[in-house]
Amino acid sequence: MSRQKTITGGLFVGVTAFSAFLIIAVIIILLVVIINGGKDTFSWEFLTSFPEDGMMKGGIFPAIFGTVLLVLIMSVAAVPFGTITAIYLTEYAHEKSVLAQTIRFAVRTLATVPSIIFGLFGLGFFIKFVGTGIDDVFLGGQLKWGQPNILWASLTMALLTLPVVIVSVEEAIRTVPRELREASLALGATKWETIKRIVIPGSRSGIMTGTILAVSRGAGEVAPILFTGAAYYLATLPTSLSDQFMNLGYHIYIMATQSANVDQTLPIQFATTMVLLLLTFTLNLAAVIIRSRLRRNAK
Amino acid sequence: MKETKIKTRDLSLYYGAKMALNSITMDIPEKEVTAFIGPSGCGKSTFLRTLNRMNDLIPGVRITGEVLVDSLNIYDKQIDVVNLRKKVGMVFQKSNPFAKSIFENVAYGPRINGINNKTKLEEIVESSLKKAFIWEEVKDRMNDSAMALSGGQQQRMCIARTLAVEPEIILMDEPASALDPISTAKIEELIHELKKSYTIVIVTHNMQQAARVSDLTAFFYLGELIEYGKTRKIFTTPDKKHTEEYITGRFG
Repeated sequence: MSRQKTITGGLFVGVTAFSAFLIIAVIIILLVVIINGGKDTFSWEFLTSFPEDGMMKGGIFPAIFGTVLLVLIMSVAAVPFGTITAIYLTEYAHEKSVLAQTIRFAVRTLATVPSIIFGLFGLGFFIKFVGTGIDDVFLGGQLKWGQPNILWASLTMALLTLPVVIVSVEEAIRTVPRELREASLALGATKWETIKRIVIPGSRSGIMTGTILAVSRGAGEVAPILFTGAAYYLATLPTSLSDQFMNLGYHIYIMATQSANVDQTLPIQFATTMVLLLLTFTLNLAAVIIRSRLRRNAK
Repeated sequence: MKETKIKTRDLSLYYGAKMALNSITMDIPEKEVTAFIGPSGCGKSTFLRTLNRMNDLIPGVRITGEVLVDSLNIYDKQIDVVNLRKKVGMVFQKSNPFAKSIFENVAYGPRINGINNKTKLEEIVESSLKKAFIWEEVKDRMNDSAMALSGGQQQRMCIARTLAVEPEIILMDEPASALDPISTAKIEELIHELKKSYTIVIVTHNMQQAARVSDLTAFFYLGELIEYGKTRKIFTTPDKKHTEEYITGRFG
């Protein structure tokens, strides 16, 4: 009996250890393969130059530039909007009110919608509805905004990352102690003054975490920008919001599926993957560090 | 007896269906220290917080009866709560400095009142810190974070922060309960000094403290005001048996 228990127990430990090992192994294999395949191509030159020869040579600078620009414009849209929503939910809405519950439900749902649906929504709403509308009303039907560009792609991505921002900021706002709000109100501050001077400054690191997580998500997603602004290849960098742009994730997809010579582009593809992984990994790490600091302060 | 500053008339408070204060009627005199004593959960803190409407912030609270400050019912619809709280300041049990510099903590109230002139703010901050007996300790580190102060210093700084708004009444909710005896003594000394200019209402768990600092004492039990009178009388010859039992430590 007792021996059998020992065997069962030992077996269980083995299974759990194996599962844990498997996860680590997957990550290690992934990294080894990618770094091994990309390390010879990866260089300063690679990061700073344009693709050449039908993307079979040269660097990925436009894709890096496009990705950075995309997440910047996305943040400008998603962070203030998400922060304001989070403030409404935590400070003004009654926890049990229909409106607050509807918003929370919408945020949760938004977070589970497949990203390609956001892409389709962006195409339908931003490009076909808003963009074409602007063209018709202000430009007499001349095609300018009614086609994919970096603005529509960024706004589409902003919708996708909005829940991340809202949840992070909400969490941060809740860590601002009630005592501080009371102190402010007892000094004759209005609710808005208290939010502006105490709650928002106290939630700064949460707003930061939310932004970084959103940026990291936005940098890695491809589906939302597929129809809304990402370009296969551009000889110049985008200079206006109505320009299309190149993107790291999309670049990997293009090189994997559309290349004239897959063997020749493979090292470039690995190196691009390395850059993208490095970017999202660094951003996530920063978010984790800031968040853990925030949690420690809350105690 | 001095002029009455605060009057309550049949003040009852409910958390949902539960009655927390039962028909409290009392007069609190101007520029004296009135202490509220009683066992935990007796309603003394809740009652204190009705005097500057801090209970408004708690969902599900319902109040009946009147609270009159300078003969104005503060629960009247026309009353501006923000102005009321400027007039009736509050010091909390746990010192609650903002994550700002000492200067900015004390300047918080004046800034909200629209004072932005640097010289004027400096004047207010300095005089408030002096009134709270903490100026000498902090005058060379005004730009340091208030979080770096000791617990007792934080609490005196919070009192200075309250004084900077120029209130007429100061409510203190167990202001020294988290402090060491030396810091407590400083706070009590400060209360003695402040009552020359302010009406002070203090909730305390510490019977000796009530006896030391207050002119009047009110004993609360289960949401009711059991006995209220001169501190000396309450502590020597209380009228009610309940009061006597509490004061002599038979329950509490």
